[in-house]
Amino acid sequence: MDFIADILTKYSLVRILISFSLLITIVMLNAIVMGYLERKICAKIQRRWGPMEVGVQGWLQMILDGIKLLSKQLIVPREANSFLFRMAPLLCFTPVAMAFAVIPFSESFYALDLNIGLIYLLAMGSLNVFSILVAGWSSNNKYSLFGALRSVAQNVAYEIPILLSILSVVLVTASFNLREIVGYQSGLLSFWMCQPVAFIIFLIAGCAETNRVPFDLPEAESELTAGYFTEYGGFSFGLFAMAEYGNLFIMSSLAAIMFLGGWNGPFGLDFYSGPIMGIFWFLLKVFILMLIMIWVRWTYPRVRFDQLMNLSWKYLIPFSLINLLITAFIVKII
Amino acid sequence: MNQYFSQIFTGGKSLLVGLGETFKALTSPVVTVQYPREKIDISPSMRGHIDLVKDADTGAHRCIVCGLCMKNCPCSAIVIKGEKREGVKGKVLTLFTLDFSKCSLCGLCVESCKKEAIYFSDEYELAAFSRDAFHFDLLKRIEENK
Repeated sequence: MDFIADILTKYSLVRILISFSLLITIVMLNAIVMGYLERKICAKIQRRWGPMEVGVQGWLQMILDGIKLLSKQLIVPREANSFLFRMAPLLCFTPVAMAFAVIPFSESFYALDLNIGLIYLLAMGSLNVFSILVAGWSSNNKYSLFGALRSVAQNVAYEIPILLSILSVVLVTASFNLREIVGYQSGLLSFWMCQPVAFIIFLIAGCAETNRVPFDLPEAESELTAGYFTEYGGFSFGLFAMAEYGNLFIMSSLAAIMFLGGWNGPFGLDFYSGPIMGIFWFLLKVFILMLIMIWVRWTYPRVRFDQLMNLSWKYLIPFSLINLLITAFIVKII
Repeated sequence: MNQYFSQIFTGGKSLLVGLGETFKALTSPVVTVQYPREKIDISPSMRGHIDLVKDADTGAHRCIVCGLCMKNCPCSAIVIKGEKREGVKGKVLTLFTLDFSKCSLCGLCVESCKKEAIYFSDEYELAAFSRDAFHFDLLKRIEENK
């Protein structure tokens, strides 16, 4: 073990290679697991069985779907901008994989310890919009373009409540380092208790930021077929799908880190901690949040565009601003 | 201002009720079945293609070749033929075919039959690759089923 640790510290390129291949594996595994859970839970909510054919309870279904997507031809529409059209899925997937680098899965299990980890994570999350715009524009298809335009408007509106709600936590911790923020919450104190408004606002805005139902206007099936990725098929579509679940994971893990105490045991129960159990607690929190997102997805209908904008500008932003001001006031007094 | 806060309250409440509703569905049992392996019982009022009734006493069909079903059929899907035979009272059925590709399942043949010799079968797995597969020879079917 010392030998391995020695190599990792001496040759940073080896460290980068290992951590990034691990991260991409996590992104893909996450997409497989979440895709399966999504289909299964959706089916159970609609009182169906869901995938049942391959493997016990159909657990191999997503892997086979992945193989099917891999074996399909990549078709570029004649009128599309070929270079950008091919670039867009990569632009969508890469920032997601890069954002995983700063997520602290446990006290010692992380790829990169940045002192501005939070800003980095949010920046990578926002690059998603850019790739959607590129995909929608380069497809040369009116549905794709409409999906892309909606996505940009939506993300501009919902970035603000996310930042404001996170800022009210950062005001308390006085750090952008994700590990320090988690370390601040050890013991009984997690931020969802003292910042419940910020937590709820973050969850709602995070749902909108990842383009999930009820805020899935960029890909609204009934109006825009598939929105910005209408023209995509094969693995370029697969990359978009993986990036969507990756974004979901990032938003949930951000919520877990900021508000639920990251790798710490729940409610100050630190009876099992340490690097391995830390990963367990962290993944447990993230998966509970993601399951709630799935549950929400299969409950609510899609909002109208004006309702979407109203929710952000009239409700989330004023509330998060007031919450921020109160937090700042209290922090100043204490 | 009052309306603003009451909207948040009622809206949030209705959202929670919706979540509760889907959670109830999530925990309640599945209602669909895995079709080719599991099948549910067919309702007795199901209208499949018509079939000749096998009489419980004689073990044969009850048709007396009156031809009412053939005359009543709006789609001319039924063709029946009969002949007189020595020593047998009435006509003997020699042909009873149904072109199921024409049949509209109106049920006039079943209604018009005085002897209750035809009924709706409950077969529904009838997909086939050629039209000929839907020309049923009902007389042959009942003889094979003996």
